[in-house]
Amino acid sequence: MSIDKINTVEEAEQPLSMHPQKFALWLFIVTVVMLFAAMTSAYIVRQGEGNWLIFDLPTLFYVNSGIIILSSATMHWAYTAAQKDNLGQVKLAMWLTTVLGFAFLVGQWEAWGVLVDADLFFVGSNISASFLYVITGLHAVHLISGVIFLIIVLISSYKYKVHSKNMTRMEMCVTYWHFLGGLWIYLFVFLLLNH
Amino acid sequence: MSVAANVSAGAHAHDEHHEHKENFITKYIFSTDHKMIGKQFLLTGMLWALIGGFLSVIFRLQLGFPEMKLEWLRPLLGEWIQVDGSLDPEFYLALVTMHGTIMVFFVLTAGLSGTFSNFLIPLQIGARDMASGFMNMLSYWFFFLSSVIMLTSLFIETGPAAGGWVVYPPLSALPQAIQGSGLGMTLWLVAMVFFIVSSLLGGINYIATVINLRTKGMSFSRLPLTIWAFFLTAVIGLLSFPVLFAAALLLVFDRSFGTSFYLSDIYIQGEALPNMGGSPILYQHLFWFLGHPEVYIVLLPALGITSEIIATNSRKPIFGYKAMIISMLGITVLSFVVWAHHMFVSGLNPFLGSIFMFLTLIIAVPSAVKVFNYLTTLWKGNIIFTPAMLFSIGLVSFFISGGLTGIFLGNSAIDIQLHDTYFVVAHFHLVMGSASFFGLMAGVYHWFPKMFGKMMDAKLGYIHFWLTFVGVYMVFFPMHYIGIAGFPRRYYSWSNFEFANSFTDLNMFVSVAAILTFVAQFVFLFNFFWSMYRGKKAPLNPWRSNTLEWTTPLEPVHGNWPGEIPTVYRWPYDYSKPGAEEDFIPQTVPYSQTPESNLPHEQQFVDEEREDAADDVVVANEHKH
Repeated sequence: MSIDKINTVEEAEQPLSMHPQKFALWLFIVTVVMLFAAMTSAYIVRQGEGNWLIFDLPTLFYVNSGIIILSSATMHWAYTAAQKDNLGQVKLAMWLTTVLGFAFLVGQWEAWGVLVDADLFFVGSNISASFLYVITGLHAVHLISGVIFLIIVLISSYKYKVHSKNMTRMEMCVTYWHFLGGLWIYLFVFLLLNH
Repeated sequence: MSVAANVSAGAHAHDEHHEHKENFITKYIFSTDHKMIGKQFLLTGMLWALIGGFLSVIFRLQLGFPEMKLEWLRPLLGEWIQVDGSLDPEFYLALVTMHGTIMVFFVLTAGLSGTFSNFLIPLQIGARDMASGFMNMLSYWFFFLSSVIMLTSLFIETGPAAGGWVVYPPLSALPQAIQGSGLGMTLWLVAMVFFIVSSLLGGINYIATVINLRTKGMSFSRLPLTIWAFFLTAVIGLLSFPVLFAAALLLVFDRSFGTSFYLSDIYIQGEALPNMGGSPILYQHLFWFLGHPEVYIVLLPALGITSEIIATNSRKPIFGYKAMIISMLGITVLSFVVWAHHMFVSGLNPFLGSIFMFLTLIIAVPSAVKVFNYLTTLWKGNIIFTPAMLFSIGLVSFFISGGLTGIFLGNSAIDIQLHDTYFVVAHFHLVMGSASFFGLMAGVYHWFPKMFGKMMDAKLGYIHFWLTFVGVYMVFFPMHYIGIAGFPRRYYSWSNFEFANSFTDLNMFVSVAAILTFVAQFVFLFNFFWSMYRGKKAPLNPWRSNTLEWTTPLEPVHGNWPGEIPTVYRWPYDYSKPGAEEDFIPQTVPYSQTPESNLPHEQQFVDEEREDAADDVVVANEHKH
């Protein structure tokens, strides 16, 4: 082997890379986006074919939208507090976010109740009602996964695992939670414009 | 030459790498090692291929010999063989449905992408393992769970799903429609949900790995085309499988909860169903939004494998590396905007049909670029006809002959005659089924030495190739004529029509050829398992190839490289470079070591580097020497 005779080897560039777990989360978000893109497209296509009952969305959706925006704010508070190693505030903000997350879910459930009171059922009423239940229900399922993530971060904040040197989990949680909030706002606006 | 040197360089083990004590369960069953997971996918896929192939043999018997008495199958099929010895017509439908489902999803998606993406991505980009080994393991076990459920559905009393692999409602949505739409359909849907989860877990992992875990120097312009293909396949899967999930979810609601997403105005035995306002066409849109990209999920990995094998065995750089990447990107994008060409006769607006026709025909361009590049790579190469090479060339042949009929079918006017005939069956079995299957086979023959450290028997490989290659053409070439004549697919029997009787001979011929081709696969199976134990020990780099996987030890341990991960200095296609000593220069050899073969711009690059290095006292990568 003649390798020893040559003392200079060109430098190989380190390829750009992200944290694999964070990257995987973004990819997961892409799949969720595609799922809802499919649902909302199906909604529009079906609506275009007629026989579509128009009804008012429950006003509770406005309240719930407020709750989810507020929870995004408290989530961000938790994030900045963790960056500053302000662990007391992290716990408080995480608690608030988790409670608001639950409140949103309860609110959505109540909104379904309002729909039922208006004789709009998942089965048997017009297809537009079925679509509303499917879209809000699918979002709620994802939101439940988000709340579980919140609880995980909350628990690890009590184990001193969330601080400025250990932000991966927190950052992923923030990303996912903001995404879920944004997704709801998109869905709500979509439903307002196309119901 | 320098392969061994690269392997032995770096005596101390990498920090991240620990040698775990492995027992049977962690090594062979719940393994998180990408190589073992790849092999698990391969073996499961092979098992599925056998089952799927066997199902096709049964229905080919029915199509070729409608009068045949099949009592001898009764021990296996039980009451699906009727009292008079003929096949139950509903079971025939179940057979074609399950053949399609198994081959498309379980063999050519999981068996192909699952095997080679898992096995090759970390080895060829220079990574110790996937981004998440645990997710990778989950991906296999979700696939396994899905397999078990799908397999179970074959044995239940009412039979498996029977509405075609596309499971169009209302046939699939109403349990009272046919027997297969009962429990069989429910199991089909449950199995597919797990399959989608498995595919997404796998796909997220492949993409995250390719983007984030490449070794030093492995830029995107130095990636082997296999990795490009696996990467784009994963991207397609990530974008299209959620849509199938949405379609399946709404179908589940229609079936089990009584909603009317896809159902409307249906009368069964004079009685109206309560479902109102649904649209079965909606399902077709959602399904084919996955269904068409799925074709490329199946095909792209095979094309990537072929690129690698053809370049290696032609001893020439791949012709048009960048054109190959751009055409794969083009196919990726186009695959999402052509779905409605499956729906030309569904009542689609003819104007919309013209748009989809136009977009569909554009796919011919990147496909032709790829074919051209394969042929020009072969042109004047020092071709070595290994079994893998033969299968790769076979793939190119099928890609051409099957692709040409795609141009006919893409025309919405001609599709009125050809839709749902055997012409379609012949088309996609050549261009998607056989081509991808040949890519899979090529991959197995080519990377078997890396998987098991043994060589497969080449003579048996040649026999397997020629029997399969000739067999596939004997099956699918005559099928075009049957289709042009108007013979529709998915019918138990068409012999009541006068015109169809002139095709009895041809149908018999096709069936005999299909059975022979199926039997020929046992040559491969024997070769595979015999070589695994009794094969000749493989050399480290049996095909004298450039890519990184051949720099690992014969049987790489968990972590792939015992020492440091090798660094990459060049693209993977430096074959027969003028001036070079050997006819291949592995990716790990720096330009500074090959002054005799460097091109002017490469030499200039080395000189500049050398000047920079002279300024710094520290010499780059000195610790390697």
